[in-house]
Amino acid sequence: MKILVCMKQVPQKDAPLKLNESGAWIREDVSYEVNEPDAYALEEALRQKEKHGGEVVVITAGPARALQVLREALAKGADRAIHLEDAAFVTFDAANIARAFAAAIKEEKFDLIFTGLQSDDFGFAQTGVILAELLGWPHATIIMQIEKAEGGIKVKRELEAGYFQHVDMPLPAVLTIQSGINKLRYATLIGIKQAKNKPLRKVALAEVQPSLAANQLNIERLYVPQKTKKTEMIEGPPADVARKLAEKLKNEVRVL
Amino acid sequence: MKILVIVEQREGKLNRVSFETLTGAQAIARETGWALEAAVVGSGVGEIAREVAGKKVAKVYDIESPQLAAYTPDAFVAALKPFLAEKKPTLVLMPHTYQVRDFAPKLATALGRALVSDCTGYKKKGDKLLFVRQMFQGKFAADVAFDSEPPYFATFQTGAFRGDQVEAGASPAAIETVQADIPASALRNKPGEVFKEAKQAVDLTQAQIIVAVGRGIKEEKNLALARQLAEALGGEIAASRPICDAGWLPMDRQIGSSGQTVAPKLYVALGISGAIQHIVGMKGSRTIVAVNKDSEAPIFEVADIGIVGNLFEVIPPLVEEIKKAKG
Repeated sequence: MKILVCMKQVPQKDAPLKLNESGAWIREDVSYEVNEPDAYALEEALRQKEKHGGEVVVITAGPARALQVLREALAKGADRAIHLEDAAFVTFDAANIARAFAAAIKEEKFDLIFTGLQSDDFGFAQTGVILAELLGWPHATIIMQIEKAEGGIKVKRELEAGYFQHVDMPLPAVLTIQSGINKLRYATLIGIKQAKNKPLRKVALAEVQPSLAANQLNIERLYVPQKTKKTEMIEGPPADVARKLAEKLKNEVRVL
Repeated sequence: MKILVIVEQREGKLNRVSFETLTGAQAIARETGWALEAAVVGSGVGEIAREVAGKKVAKVYDIESPQLAAYTPDAFVAALKPFLAEKKPTLVLMPHTYQVRDFAPKLATALGRALVSDCTGYKKKGDKLLFVRQMFQGKFAADVAFDSEPPYFATFQTGAFRGDQVEAGASPAAIETVQADIPASALRNKPGEVFKEAKQAVDLTQAQIIVAVGRGIKEEKNLALARQLAEALGGEIAASRPICDAGWLPMDRQIGSSGQTVAPKLYVALGISGAIQHIVGMKGSRTIVAVNKDSEAPIFEVADIGIVGNLFEVIPPLVEEIKKAKG
């Protein structure tokens, strides 16, 4: 099976974020990491390849720094990478990212495309589903298991509140992968070495521009959310904090 | 100008979260003066249409087809795309459920429009509607505007509005049945029965006290510390998604949108940053205590009592103090 994994670079989980001058985006001088759900999508693609053979290709859209995500994926075992390189991709809405990906892979023939179920920055949870619609492929979201089946694949979708559902679907298809579907691997030293010699295709914004449209969603303002609750902060050395909290749990919360 | 709420039915039952979206839609209708209509999509779901028609809406569409009996994104989009193209609503609102996440981006794309997903509210700024949603795992909120022609698509997060505050109508709204024409060949996915994993042993919804751990616990062996606290309090141990993904606790101990939704008397969040997917599962707790080293962690936005500090230093003396207080 030939599998494409869409990956995104996002600010590190505990990176302190600050607003930029426009007030509509963050200052980008922070540490970045791979969007965690995408790491699970990559791992699943690598496992499928180990089982059934084929090829795993990784793709991302972002400035030069985003290359790190592809390097890590290659070191873990992806066969080649596609980098849509431009700072402008950061401002694209999900539909435009999907359009850019669709344009970049139009010469390729994939059986499956994986994305993480959502990104840790925007959190729209839409790119994979939109990409499927643009390609005219079926899709399924929040996938916890993938097996080959007659005429295609059988996937296990996670529904809400502990429910699941199996879905049979034909190929090619787009799947959005749930975190926790597998155990992530680490890159090996030899993998990191080999990654340097694996093919990397750079795609300039101009190449995909004809397929793009104006963003339909516009972030007017970004701000620290207003608190909905009054939080009582307990401060001091750990022993004092513990004593004060225990008192509150006994006298105010009344659970002791 | 018209708002359309697509209520959610699963297995022929109305998902009550639809009333939250309806409450939000009623508020937008009041502020804009736009008409409000609702639609239900399925096979033999007239009973749901009648229930929704009891709320303050101008009309309810019952969109029917045998192909809609089991949910598939293909059938839902095949039913809704021509319907929306004909009815031309200005705004289409849905609850942000797993089912909606599965078909709404496809529907909006099929109509050449965008969807702003997982909103917590809205604002009216002049003639413009802004949709408020969280970004960067809850660290920021964003006001999002549409730069296109209608229809505008938006989904509201669970808890964004109060479902019990949905206004009833003075008299039942008219129901119009729409027969959707969906050829069987349009359906590519073949869904199986909905099932629950056999081993769902723990029902955290009944727990009075929950001690939940997040990434801040750092290593599996440190769970012992959280267990000691849970034991001292007489509560259950639970976790945010990443901890269960890592296999440190079983999936049935997970709190949040993909796990259990709880409302205990006391919820202690240890090293949980407070991503929105977690918050929706626990914000109804009577008292929330949060311990986190990051003073800007979103968990403090819902906490009643907050402690900025190292949980490894705070928990051991806390366990001792609790034992003392309990005598």
